[in-house]
Amino acid sequence: MIDIPLGDWVEQAVEWLSANASGFFNGITAGIDGMVTGLQSALLFPNDYLMIAVLAVIAYLMTSKGHKPFTKGAWKSAWGITVFTILGLLLLQFMGYWQETMQTIALILVSALIALVIGIPLGVYSSRHDAADQVIRPVLDFMQTLPPFVYLIPAIIFFSVGNVPGVVATIVFSLPPAVRLTNLGIRNVQQDVVEASRAFGCTQRQLLFKVQIPLAKPTILAGVNQVIMLALSMVVIASMVGAGGLGQAVYKGILKADMALGFEAGVGIVILAIFLDRVTQALGISRKQVSDEE
Amino acid sequence: MSKIQVEELSVIFGKRFREAKELQKQGKSKVEILNQTGCTVGVSKANLEIQEGEVFVVMGLSGSGKSTLLRCFNRLIEPTGGTVVVDGNDITKISEYELREFRRRKMTMVFQHFGLLPHRTVSSNVAFGLEIQGVDEDTRIKKAYEVIKTVGLEGYEEKMTGQLSGGMQQRVGLARALATDPEILLMDEAFSALDPLIRTQMQEELLQLQEKVHKTILFITHDLDEALKLGDRIAIMKDGFIVQTGTPEEILTHPADDYVRAFVENVDRGGIITAGSVMFKNPSAVRIKQDGPRAALRKMSNAGVTSMPVVGDNGKFLGFVKDNDMKEMEDKGLRDIEEYMYTREEVTAVTSETPVAELLPLFLDTNLNLAVVDENRKLIGVVVHSSVIAEMIGKERSEVKQIRQEGGIDL
Ligand SMILES: Nc1ncnc2c1ncn2[C@@H]1O[C@H](COP(=O)(O)OP(=O)(O)OP(=O)(O)O)[C@@H](O)[C@H]1O
Ligand SMILES: [Mg+2]
Repeated sequence: MIDIPLGDWVEQAVEWLSANASGFFNGITAGIDGMVTGLQSALLFPNDYLMIAVLAVIAYLMTSKGHKPFTKGAWKSAWGITVFTILGLLLLQFMGYWQETMQTIALILVSALIALVIGIPLGVYSSRHDAADQVIRPVLDFMQTLPPFVYLIPAIIFFSVGNVPGVVATIVFSLPPAVRLTNLGIRNVQQDVVEASRAFGCTQRQLLFKVQIPLAKPTILAGVNQVIMLALSMVVIASMVGAGGLGQAVYKGILKADMALGFEAGVGIVILAIFLDRVTQALGISRKQVSDEE
Repeated sequence: MSKIQVEELSVIFGKRFREAKELQKQGKSKVEILNQTGCTVGVSKANLEIQEGEVFVVMGLSGSGKSTLLRCFNRLIEPTGGTVVVDGNDITKISEYELREFRRRKMTMVFQHFGLLPHRTVSSNVAFGLEIQGVDEDTRIKKAYEVIKTVGLEGYEEKMTGQLSGGMQQRVGLARALATDPEILLMDEAFSALDPLIRTQMQEELLQLQEKVHKTILFITHDLDEALKLGDRIAIMKDGFIVQTGTPEEILTHPADDYVRAFVENVDRGGIITAGSVMFKNPSAVRIKQDGPRAALRKMSNAGVTSMPVVGDNGKFLGFVKDNDMKEMEDKGLRDIEEYMYTREEVTAVTSETPVAELLPLFLDTNLNLAVVDENRKLIGVVVHSSVIAEMIGKERSEVKQIRQEGGIDL
């Protein structure tokens, strides 16, 4: 039987990289760490109740988009999530998980932001180059189907423990929908609209920014929503390499078999999930669409 | 020189187009080339000359290559061979940058399915071409409002295009194409997606607009009636080939082959065929001063007719005489045929441009033939009933005569 030491090769490659490219990885570590701690402190800076109010207002404005603000229609479509946000966050605050909640939000936002910054341009690129699309597609499949625990290991080797390997693992896991849906959205833009735009002398750039991206926006934003939800689903796994927040509380609960701790933090994650999902879903609603119907 | 000159233009779709081109040179047909190489011939060695300010219609069945041909003009499709020269510039050779400038300023396009930007308002759609050129917002919106007015969409400037009917959307498409003041408009089945009524209306409006703007328009359609109505000249395509180019009348009266003949068979010809093409040219005529009744009778019997036009000085048309009147005059010994002539008050003269549909009613009041005159009222031809009827029903005159002989019942 032929013995293929695939695992050994990967290990050697990872070791070689961590030995020879340590400056690069240190740079990334510092950058991500800075972003996470910065955002975290910013979220924790105001009074807790003020922050709850701010988040509630964000939820209200986002989900009432398309209606004129503070009208009956706006209230009708937004009251549910607004009330939910206030009550949910108050609950977390009263249970004593405020800091963890804000930490988790910071981790998710940083991971998702980086995933989008990488994923959307990559999606645009692969929508324009069939060859690139054919290379990128299987890589994305690989990223999504490989159990996330597996890339925690190189993440620790490159970035040691703490928030950074957690964020990196989260980026890897949540990146694919950003690429896929951007690609899909742009490819699905009606061909006759694209043809017409070309006939009027658009440059590639103009075509992209004036036609393709605006028309693909709902699909791209669906990708944004998915990226954020996938990032959220990684919080517990990321805490295994030392990322903080609610995920860490759940993980501790598991390790200590502490039902109360695990449950409380788990509920916190659910509350965040609902908040983030509803708010980012609303990104896709265009202002004009609804306001004309009113 | 012509505005657009197309020479030996070919488009072949498929990877093995080089082989296909070889086969094309050998004169193989579209189907043979498809079978041997898997390549589709879109356009095959097309030659065209389009004059400044004319409406040039390309017509043909679905799949005959009309859209492909049109898209070579602004290189939305790259030709495999041949040239398209616009104002002396070979479009197939210009750089990316020049091509963009050409599309922005010289040639715009109207699409069958409109191709409007659904996330923008009417005015912003119309201003799109100018926006692409980098014209500032105030100027371009002002221009857009002007053009929107021209196409009759005033009041809809700030609506989203999705809220408009098909006809209105195509007006937006037309306005967008006009907003950059191009010299050439390409219209690919621009009215085909519209209801018949709206379609007719848009055709009329396009013609009225053309009176004002005098663009060079290339219009594509698969509808012969539309082609005949809009086109100053028409090219007919089949399987990638241009089988005939000519004025509507030329196409109807002298179809190049059976394909074109089949195309034109069922068309309403009356409005297009003119007196000029059904008349008998240089007819013999009675000269009012020189000829008496006897001479008139002899001329009529030589020509085998029962009536004949009368001309004065310089061949000027004066009226008609009939053979039985002339006989009566001879019997009575009268000389001056003017007394028995049907004068201009009683007979109508037409010009050679009068459509035959307008000739038919003129026959109702009289059993005389019709005189065709030029701008100086000089007699240039005679139209007889049977020619007009033959033209209207698309049959030969001899066939009409035969029908007339066989068709009646004996009482
Ligand atoms: N992108 C393409 N790839 C391959 N073949 C094509 C392509 N575009 C057109 N063809 C083929 O070229 C031929 C001409 O097509 P074209 O669209 O020019 O016809 P058309 O006369 O405009 O027809 P229609 O009236 O249906 O619009 C057809 O046989 C078509 O299948
Ligand atoms: Mg077509």
